[in-house]
Amino acid sequence: MNTLIELNGVKKIYPIGKVEVHALRGVNLSIRTKEYISIMGPSGSGKSTLMNIIGCLDTPSAGSYLLEGTPVHEMVDNDLAEIRNRKIGFVFQTFNLLPRATALHNVELPLIYSGIAASKRRELAEGALERVGLSDRKLHKPNELSGGQRQRVAIARALVNKPSLILADEPTGNLDSKTGQEIMKILDDLNRAGNTIILVTHEKVIAEHANRVVHLLDGNIAEDRKQESA
Amino acid sequence: MKTLLVSLRENFMVALRALIQNKMRSVLTTLGIIIGVLTVVSVASIISGLNKGFSDQISALGSSTLYVSKYPWVFDDDWFKYRNRPDITLREAEYIAEHMQLAEAVSPAASSRQNIKYRGNSLTGIGVAGITMESNQIENFSVGQGRYFTALEIEKSKNHVVIGYEVMEKLFGGRNPLGERIRIGPVAYTVIGVMEKRGSIMGNSLDSEVYVPIGSIFRNYGFHRSVRILVKVSDPERMAEAKDELHYLMRISRGLKPQDEDDFSINQQEVLTDLYNKLTSGLYTAAFGIGTLSLIVGGIGIMNIMLVSVAERKREIGIRKAMGAKRSTITLQFIIEAIFICTIGGVLAILLGFGMSMLIDKVTPFPSSVPAWSVLMGLGFSTFIGLFFGIYPARRAAKLDPIECLHYE
Repeated sequence: MNTLIELNGVKKIYPIGKVEVHALRGVNLSIRTKEYISIMGPSGSGKSTLMNIIGCLDTPSAGSYLLEGTPVHEMVDNDLAEIRNRKIGFVFQTFNLLPRATALHNVELPLIYSGIAASKRRELAEGALERVGLSDRKLHKPNELSGGQRQRVAIARALVNKPSLILADEPTGNLDSKTGQEIMKILDDLNRAGNTIILVTHEKVIAEHANRVVHLLDGNIAEDRKQESA
Repeated sequence: MKTLLVSLRENFMVALRALIQNKMRSVLTTLGIIIGVLTVVSVASIISGLNKGFSDQISALGSSTLYVSKYPWVFDDDWFKYRNRPDITLREAEYIAEHMQLAEAVSPAASSRQNIKYRGNSLTGIGVAGITMESNQIENFSVGQGRYFTALEIEKSKNHVVIGYEVMEKLFGGRNPLGERIRIGPVAYTVIGVMEKRGSIMGNSLDSEVYVPIGSIFRNYGFHRSVRILVKVSDPERMAEAKDELHYLMRISRGLKPQDEDDFSINQQEVLTDLYNKLTSGLYTAAFGIGTLSLIVGGIGIMNIMLVSVAERKREIGIRKAMGAKRSTITLQFIIEAIFICTIGGVLAILLGFGMSMLIDKVTPFPSSVPAWSVLMGLGFSTFIGLFFGIYPARRAAKLDPIECLHYE
């Protein structure tokens, strides 16, 4: 298996007024393709910051980040946008769908930004919705869908551009436990189908789905263990 | 390039959706743009209507005709100065006709105002124009029914009359006027022809005039009246030269010494055109001033609304950025939205302008039509305002931090 992500001595420092907050204090982490890994830690441990950096929404203050061998830490805003578009699929706790657009249009969004023509876009988006079992809901708007259905639209959106990595940030945080399990099952299936998934969560039950768990504490990796997936 | 096209379409749809969702706000926002464009379009249409009317009217004067008369057409000094001038006489007209080299035709013209009667019908204060054979050469009369005068009729100052189109309609209704006798003032005339419709000049309808041999005017309505001399210049390229010659001949025929001032005026179409242009250019300037001002006010309104829109849609911006929208894409999205709002305002204003112009045309005596250039300019201006005032909010949106936006509630 190839190395997908290579973090070396990654630090993130936020200046808040005159005080400097050290969110990450030199993280080394290597993730291979097709891995299913969860990042855990209490609030303030730096897991959100780490997720933002891995998701190319933010850049480290120091250290290096290679994504498929590309030095992402040196990139500027526009290049990062392109990396996000092509290599990363996001699944958020609050779904983050465009409220006034249909499920289909929401799934098409990453394809729009990679300049794919309308007919091809529709075909790909419909395929992705079918994979999450929402073919019959494609013209519904988010407020006409249940929480679980919304999260499935978000997952379809995350995988539609065939990214190298699916980044799920507390994907079950806004769902009841039964719906949460359904969502986790979809993610498990996606990993079995060959997708690399990074799961950010503070729930142990959710983290158990992954076959590797990384614990963060005060901006450092406190534990990194492999496990049999649930 | 392909990415750009795809996102252009997407941006257009996003703008349309945003606009429909905030109908009231959009309408209020575009009000400034609407007023600005409407001002420009409606003033332009009024003026272009006036222009058309004016040039139609003034063309009856003929651009190659010089008019010698006691009064200048346009003056800003004391009227009394001109009142004491000697009348222009038939003898002077003959002198000019005989000596002027650059003239194609010279004709005296005299006029009177009389009441006209036919059986029970009567018209009051109708202009009676005294004309000659040469008048026809200068003014190109076209007689619709019947005929023009013969040389003999003019020479003998027969009591024959060619009547204007409107006079015929009012006096005779549907009846055939030819050969009928009408009373012009105290004198009976025989109708020998009816002019084709001629339109009006300076608010005077040329169709409500009647035309008689010039001699009959003097005989029937008095000899002591000033005539005008109409000179058709043979070569329109040599108007200035012809004017000099005419000026010289008039001074000679009046025996003026070099130090004497002119006691006559030579007029031409140009004098009126100049005056007209001076008046309308003032109107234009005022309209553009008002238009520009309200466009700027409208533009500031647009900027304000776009800033609000950016703040309200932080989360949307965050989502788009996370999905791979670049700064340029976000900038474009919001600029297109601003342009879209402004252009819709512009289109509304132009439609209103068309309505207004039609109303003016129907209700007021002024002709009015919307010129194409004002439509283009209105659209151009409103688009430009959208672009100009949309840039700042759009750039602000593009620079937002995606992480912060994604967590915006």
